Amino acid sequence: MVGGAIAVTPDGLDVDVSMSGFTVSPHEECGVEEAVRITERLGGSVTVLTLGPPQAADQLRDMLALGASRGVLLQTDGAEWGPVATAGAIAAAVAGRGYDLLLFGNESADTGGYQVPVRVAHALGLPCVTGIKRLEVTGGDGAVAAGGPGLRITASREYRGAEEVFDVPLPAVVSVREGINLPRYPSLPGRLRAKRATIEITEVAGTADDLAKLALRVPQAASKQTKLLGSGPNAVPALVGLLEELGVLP
Amino acid sequence: MTVLCLIETDAGGGVSDASMRAALVAAELAGSAGEDLAAAWFGPPEAVGSDELASAGFALGYAIGSAQLVGYAPLAWARALAGLAAEPPGGPGSASAVVAAATDRGSEVLAHLGAITGLPMAANCVSAVRTAPGECRLVRQRWAGSLTEDAVLNAPTALLTVAADAVTPGVATPESAARGAEVAVLTYQPELCDGDLVVVATESADRRAGVSLATARVVVGGGRGVGGPEGFAVLEELAGLLGAAVGVSRVVTSQGWRPHKQQVGQTGTKITPELYLACGISGAIQHMAGCQGAKTIVAINTDPGAPIVAKADYAVIGDLHEVLPALIEALRARRDS
Repeated sequence: MVGGAIAVTPDGLDVDVSMSGFTVSPHEECGVEEAVRITERLGGSVTVLTLGPPQAADQLRDMLALGASRGVLLQTDGAEWGPVATAGAIAAAVAGRGYDLLLFGNESADTGGYQVPVRVAHALGLPCVTGIKRLEVTGGDGAVAAGGPGLRITASREYRGAEEVFDVPLPAVVSVREGINLPRYPSLPGRLRAKRATIEITEVAGTADDLAKLALRVPQAASKQTKLLGSGPNAVPALVGLLEELGVLP
Repeated sequence: MTVLCLIETDAGGGVSDASMRAALVAAELAGSAGEDLAAAWFGPPEAVGSDELASAGFALGYAIGSAQLVGYAPLAWARALAGLAAEPPGGPGSASAVVAAATDRGSEVLAHLGAITGLPMAANCVSAVRTAPGECRLVRQRWAGSLTEDAVLNAPTALLTVAADAVTPGVATPESAARGAEVAVLTYQPELCDGDLVVVATESADRRAGVSLATARVVVGGGRGVGGPEGFAVLEELAGLLGAAVGVSRVVTSQGWRPHKQQVGQTGTKITPELYLACGISGAIQHMAGCQGAKTIVAINTDPGAPIVAKADYAVIGDLHEVLPALIEALRARRDS
């Protein structure tokens, strides 16, 4: 949808996806890549989980092709879920399964809510760090090899032009940002394996959040006309004049 | 009742720009409800100036601190805010809303607060008005600002984060500004347990040199049209002359031409400069979501049909590798004359 506008359905309540395809959001894709890299280095396996309509199984297969070994779909009827209900369903699905690390994309592309991972952590009584762009599993070689108690993570994110660093015991919830890695392209064998894989499906029903959507609107840009300053280097005098006018020249 | 606004401070002291913008929405909400606006920050009372609070419309300030709180601890901060919101010292009554900028810290702390209290949290608001006790009418960003949502939040305490790049500073409601002429600052000591302090940040001392992308007054942006990693030298040179930061589009970081920390966009940094000079950038939705807070956008692009040209305030049609060297030369001549 390069350069286009996002279209809204006639009732003004949803994004019109009739002409769109679906893909895993960048933060989440980086989360899966990070998980696969950790297990490649330290052993273990990666489960990918999403909550969504039946078609979301396709995105789980895309992530299996990256190197995850198990796919779980919390299947909805396609209606939009709020963060409280989403976190509740995810927490119920992963509780008691013995995962060492729960990785999330930092915020969803649509609501940008920044809260599902935090709410899952609370539901499970786990520590949580967010906005992470560098992650390292630590705890001494013994602990890493044993995959048991003593494992920790060092996780950092950008803060005011520097980094803030968190050192947290596992199990823990970590939400990551694009930029933590550059996700690989899926290999052909990976794609074939993903195509044949079984996706585990659990049907879930949610309750409405206390935040009710009334309407979605496409923001109207103030009706401005782009002023052409000219073509090529000939435009430079006009450009310098503009910079002067804006008061941005030192 | 009060509206409580979490204030983050700058490295050099004082209220951060994002928090000042969040305060505008908090002031709008407080004004609509006829309630006082109170600031809350973590640190000593003197960390935030009384004049700064007054100019942002605050009637009251709370400086939160305790011996256990030595570094940023998201859960502990949320626990402290929960206690403060329930029973603020000085008797203004419990908070009807807690508002924070949608920064990493603001978003994270309010998410913890939502989980602690079992309340919903509405992210990326640009406007909030009280319509009834326990009910707010909100306007908030969806798809990082590509869409706008009208929503109703039902909660005894409204938890809101503010999409700071979409709020324009300088429009505080006059009545709240007038009320804030005398700002009393009280201290608040939260009760914390060890579990609240499992996650504590240490800040690395190695601050990056140069201008921060998020707070730069001028950003020089480069996209696919730059052509490759070596093409950025001319953008760096121009940025040096303008005291600007260099920003890039997503394709540039996906190609590995530049580090991700320079990405402007929905999954990168959201910028709010006076001027954004977008060079060789097409203007995809994901990119525009990151630069819509720029006051003025100038596009330099070979393609007059590129979306960025339509979205910009000014455009130069041409190859950035011809325009920028000429611009640099002109700026040097101007400087040396």
